Amino acid sequence: MKRKYFAYPYILWMVLFIAVPMLFILYYAVNVNGEWTLTKAWATLSDAGRWRILWLSVKMAFETTLICLVLGYPIAYILSNMNKTVAGFLSVLFFVPMWMNFVLRTYAWQAILEYFLPNLLGMKNGTLTGTEASVLMVLVYNFIPFMIMPLYNTLSKLDKSLLEAARDLGANSLITFVRVVLPLSVPGIVSGITMVFIPAITAFTVPALIGNGKYHLYGNEIELAFKTLSGQGDFAVGSTLSLILLLCVLISTLIMNHVDKDQQQGGQMW
Amino acid sequence: MVKKAVRSLKYVYLGLMILFLYLPILYLIVFSFNDFHTGRRVSYANLGLWKGFSLQNYATLFSGEAGQALLLTLEIAAISSVVATIIGTAAAIGIYSMKKGPRNLVLNISQLPMVNPDLVTGITFMMLFAFVNALLTRLSLKQVGDMTKLLIAHISFSIPYVIFSVMPRLRQSSDLLYEAAMDLGCSPMQALWKAVIPDILPGISSGFVMALTMSLDDFVVSYFVSDLKSVLSVYIYSAARGARGVNPALATVIFIPLVTLLLVVNLRRLRKEREYEIQNKKVKLKDKGGK
Repeated sequence: MKRKYFAYPYILWMVLFIAVPMLFILYYAVNVNGEWTLTKAWATLSDAGRWRILWLSVKMAFETTLICLVLGYPIAYILSNMNKTVAGFLSVLFFVPMWMNFVLRTYAWQAILEYFLPNLLGMKNGTLTGTEASVLMVLVYNFIPFMIMPLYNTLSKLDKSLLEAARDLGANSLITFVRVVLPLSVPGIVSGITMVFIPAITAFTVPALIGNGKYHLYGNEIELAFKTLSGQGDFAVGSTLSLILLLCVLISTLIMNHVDKDQQQGGQMW
Repeated sequence: MVKKAVRSLKYVYLGLMILFLYLPILYLIVFSFNDFHTGRRVSYANLGLWKGFSLQNYATLFSGEAGQALLLTLEIAAISSVVATIIGTAAAIGIYSMKKGPRNLVLNISQLPMVNPDLVTGITFMMLFAFVNALLTRLSLKQVGDMTKLLIAHISFSIPYVIFSVMPRLRQSSDLLYEAAMDLGCSPMQALWKAVIPDILPGISSGFVMALTMSLDDFVVSYFVSDLKSVLSVYIYSAARGARGVNPALATVIFIPLVTLLLVVNLRRLRKEREYEIQNKKVKLKDKGGK
């Protein structure tokens, strides 16, 4: 028996449950109750409200990614410069919350923003949920470990002799950071951005629990289409929306790959 | 002076970020000891008003829906991670011995579920099962139930993680091992079982742990796949959106075992790494002394 046969059960599984299901997005976008039609897809595409929601989601995902990068980079940098044992322990501390059910953690933020903080600040019957700032904050909260992790991995593998060389050649620590550390950490930045941006566009739990109905994002629109529209869900609308989403994901992946490649070929960012 | 200030600023920043990350978890743990009675009814909706100490939340934690959801979560995680590990390990061995072209094709498709947003994976499974169930109804056969649907979905998104943890181990392990075992009289199956599998076991076990955590952690895919009964995270989501709220004691019973497990595993790893480093240093010193 050849060893490659061992892959056949998996290949069958993959075709049935990974490849074929992807085709269903296309199928249901143009097939409504067994009839081939483009009317539903076209109606979905020409709905300006949905494009506004997509724009808001992309904007918020972008902001989330930016805040995660700005807050997360210093953490990864500090950790990578520490004594290895301490850094190892602290990095575990930073990644533990990632393993805790994120719906439960988001629910906790809902309680904090709805009752605890308003009480603390003396707001009467007020709530801090349903604002853009609160949705952004919880998105950042959920995704920041995914930014810190690749950054920390890249920065801690950095060749320290390069820093010494820069310093020997007369660069102060700021210049060393900007011209040596930062360019060398671009692969970490790129994978951090992809690990935050794509999940952030599709997030629907956070806006549902924190947005108070006011921050309805693209993920919620898809959830609504599949779970509630016309009782059993409207697959045609949902599939069309998902196709647009996949296109966005594809474009951002291509952009990030391009940036990464430029860097690897030795192109300079600065 | 300035250097010292910068250094303490660093620690303050790390401390604040750690506080930010743990605040909601600690909040739930503190309030898990709160008394939530309003008259005779218990409502978790007002999760911010301290009314007094009580252990009631722990007593009622797993009665009713939450308990069923937890049981299903553990069941799905156990079965799906074992099945995914078996299929994934066999697949990795098979893919490894393929020619370059087909190997890259299979590996690229395997990455699909890993790069696909959860939302897309979830809805594709939802549509697949809707299609299959419609077909089964037309043939007047029994429909696919939630348990089966959840299992298939969880196994599918876990297998790639197993493959990609076993693959690097296979690359490190020598192909000669398999040949040598056969030369010594093993059948191909025996060679795999006695020589290859023990050699790649660390990769298999880390793949298993990955599959287990992916399954335990999943919300989005399970949410779209299941209709009536589902896993714990789906229960939490619907309870959080409903009027009854979520029992905060859930946070404690998830968090404490998790932290213990992660700390033990990582501290052991750190200690090993340090021992290894010290040994390396000793070897280097010896080398120097010898010269």
